[in-house]
Amino acid sequence: MEEIVQEQLLEIKDLEKSYEDDSPVLKDISLSVKKGEVVVLLGPSGCGKSTLLRTIMGLERIQGGEILLEGKNIVGKSEEARKERQNLGMVFQSYDLFPHMSILENLLLAPMKVQGRKREEAVQEARELLARVHLSDKENAYPSMLSGGQKQRVAIIRSLMMHPKLMLFDEVTAALDPEMVREVLDVVMELSEQGLTMLIVTHEMGFAKAVADRVLFLEGGKILEENTPENFFQKPDTERAQQFLQNFSYVSHRHVGR
Amino acid sequence: MDIAFIKQYIPMYVEAGKLTLGIAFLGILFSLLIGFAASLILYYKLPIWRRVVQIYVELSRNTPLLVQLFFLYFGLPKLGIRFSSELCGVIGLSFLGGAYMTEAFRSGLSTVQKIQKESAQSLGLSKGQIMRYIIFPQALSVSIPAIVANMIFLIKETSVFSGIALADLMFVSKDLIGLYYKTEEALLMLVISYLIMLLPLSILGNVLERRMRISYV
Repeated sequence: MEEIVQEQLLEIKDLEKSYEDDSPVLKDISLSVKKGEVVVLLGPSGCGKSTLLRTIMGLERIQGGEILLEGKNIVGKSEEARKERQNLGMVFQSYDLFPHMSILENLLLAPMKVQGRKREEAVQEARELLARVHLSDKENAYPSMLSGGQKQRVAIIRSLMMHPKLMLFDEVTAALDPEMVREVLDVVMELSEQGLTMLIVTHEMGFAKAVADRVLFLEGGKILEENTPENFFQKPDTERAQQFLQNFSYVSHRHVGR
Repeated sequence: MDIAFIKQYIPMYVEAGKLTLGIAFLGILFSLLIGFAASLILYYKLPIWRRVVQIYVELSRNTPLLVQLFFLYFGLPKLGIRFSSELCGVIGLSFLGGAYMTEAFRSGLSTVQKIQKESAQSLGLSKGQIMRYIIFPQALSVSIPAIVANMIFLIKETSVFSGIALADLMFVSKDLIGLYYKTEEALLMLVISYLIMLLPLSILGNVLERRMRISYV
């Protein structure tokens, strides 16, 4: 049998992160993500999963360890690290569109200013992406005219405009009304089918199960468990993960009809 | 009311008005530059410079313009530094206005949410690009009302220029009152002169404020 050797895209080694008052947020985190893989980070709030994404994106300072993208350092303020980080895309929980720009301008800004791409070419790609997320009629609208779900779909394709090698999703549906969660997660599902490498923090367990190639369970700034989604959701290895999953299932105590 | 007298001295008010506006224009221009630079220092929390700006703002806002002008016009010559009345006016107004404009810009910058900076950073924009395309445009629309109010305030403050022998509107009026005792006529012309200068600015400010609001929703 031939084994398919997959290339490591992201590698994190012995990552340490603490806040100014020295309380540690991430302890000794090591993980790697292969090209095309979708890794979902789960864990109770405050476990450090959002912080982990933010450190990868360079939004937080770290106290120790390494973060490598295709073997190249992406930590720190150096020009090289900043250049490498341009291969990452991130979508946040709070709607982060630029309110003073139309949707199209939101999509064009970075490709034109950072990558120096031609407007016509970028406009064409922007329109294709808008069509893919069913927002073609919104290109001249301003963010305040869009619903939360629509804004998040724009935020996702705004990142895609930069052709990232790795996408980071930080609880992108946590601030949405329930009926809008689906339209956003469908877009993420579609991206995973197309083979985009993703690191996802979410509280939507059904979605996590469906999209993940691998699940990492974090608590107290440490990776407690690493598992396949099938195993993790049926029979997690650690007791803490079991307790965590129980928070999402309900046992009826009503005895109607007895 | 002596209409003939008013007619006779209108050209004098026009001249004084031009001088006042000229100095006010330069003072406001430099105020904006100082305010913009100082607010960036505060925004990026530049060490040492930040303290300098804080001290400057407090010093400037907590001393009257007339006192600042006296310092420039009567104090500095004792140290061998001599400026003309006009230059003193521009420097004094810029010194005072710079502090107020710093506050106007600073408050605008502080309203832009952190997530705006972070998402721009995530898109690979540089620090300068983030300021230019994301933060400053949003901050400016918040700052505009305060900036216009400061402009009006600074033009009104020029009325103390007469204290350093500048032939501004106030100076001319006091002169006419002193020479001819035509108090009502002189004061009427003074009030009207200021209104002619300030009303258009005030209206422009209102229009700008409304337009900025509309473009967001």
